[in-house]
Amino acid sequence: MSKHQRELIARRAAWEIQNGFYVNLGPGIPALAARFVPEGVEAVLVSESGVQGFGPLHHKHKGDRDLVDAANEPVALTPGASLFSSVDAYAMIRGGHLDLCIVGGFQVDERGNLANWMLPGRMVHGIGGVMDLACGAKRVVVAMEHRTPAKKPKILRNCTLPLTGLGVVHRVITELAVIDVTPQGLVLREVAAEVSVDEVCRETEAGLRVDKDLKIIQV
Amino acid sequence: MNKVIPDLKQAIADIQDGATIMMGGFGPCGIPENLIQALCDQGTRQLTVISNNAGTEDLGIGLLLRNHQVKKMIVSDVGQNRTFEELVRHGKLQIEFCPQGTLAERIRAGGAGLGGFYTPTGFGTIAAENKEARAWNGRHYVLELPLRAHFAFIKARKGDPFGNLMYRATARNFNPVMATAADVTIAEVEELVETGSLNPDEIHTPGIYVRRVVPGAHNAKPPRAEPEVRK
Repeated sequence: MSKHQRELIARRAAWEIQNGFYVNLGPGIPALAARFVPEGVEAVLVSESGVQGFGPLHHKHKGDRDLVDAANEPVALTPGASLFSSVDAYAMIRGGHLDLCIVGGFQVDERGNLANWMLPGRMVHGIGGVMDLACGAKRVVVAMEHRTPAKKPKILRNCTLPLTGLGVVHRVITELAVIDVTPQGLVLREVAAEVSVDEVCRETEAGLRVDKDLKIIQV
Repeated sequence: MNKVIPDLKQAIADIQDGATIMMGGFGPCGIPENLIQALCDQGTRQLTVISNNAGTEDLGIGLLLRNHQVKKMIVSDVGQNRTFEELVRHGKLQIEFCPQGTLAERIRAGGAGLGGFYTPTGFGTIAAENKEARAWNGRHYVLELPLRAHFAFIKARKGDPFGNLMYRATARNFNPVMATAADVTIAEVEELVETGSLNPDEIHTPGIYVRRVVPGAHNAKPPRAEPEVRK
């Protein structure tokens, strides 16, 4: 996956962020989306490290050793920020107070099951906050590459990796497509410019219904 | 009332082999590093440590791991820590992974006298294996049990001799909840202030939870800058 493609996914994911939203962005591609929030949209970033209202440091600022995001990166506060404990952070997350959570993914399946915390054969470093986020946010969007590095599909009939959450995903955004999870299965809403519906279907193991109003991804 | 113990060594002298200890911290923030160092020096072994992370090779709990003082960890996310990986691979460290929010709430339940709680987190995953599940209003929940410890190691920005504590920025994290859930809570403070000088409205942890207050001798890396507020 090229840097350019990761950025394309992040740009499209940023369009999910609406005015007035409280948003949690996972590490990797989701965190990149913070740079591409559309002009005029005022949203508040929330981190399970215990801060709402933060953004990247100016490049010259060394950061404050008491202030990090969930990836342990130093951040800056934005006006209107507030700070809180882990108990409060997770009351917000589980209690449905987050409007949107954008996370990365290893696999998503047609019932909206998500796997994104454990790969077989790799040392497990823990669960962190992702199970709480997946089941607690009002809307869960997965921003990820369409295929694995070995070119295998990641959008499947059934997830094969250990799950993060059951039926939690609302939308998947990849470099090829935007796909919604509905009670009737997966629906293809948008395709990338110069990508055919056939190509998306070929790279997707799960069945896809094509939206009548299929659009081209605008970024 | 004066809960101040000026000497770190003395503050942890009654911790014995096999003790269960909660330790605050999120990533590099709010780690009770002086208390942990004192425990390394004391050499207490067979410990069960309850913490969000496992420190790094040379900071926080990583030091205890390197010293082979820890028998078991109840932890959410260890990050990249080679010592930790090696100990797990050689069967020298037992691990119980817990979703982060569930860890926080289990500690809260322990401190608040609750017998457990039902959470939607982890339903249908490995995290819910062998746990009772129930459904209300069409949503599934998993029973999680409270956590308590013999000791809690807390890091606070300021504290007074009554044990009232204030934290700073994301160094707050698990510290206030852990302060409620141990038989003996020991707080290391960056700054010890006079009784009555903290604004009662701004105290995060009321002194009732805290048994001992220790001035932290050494407050590490990297240097503190004031938080930048971007326009």
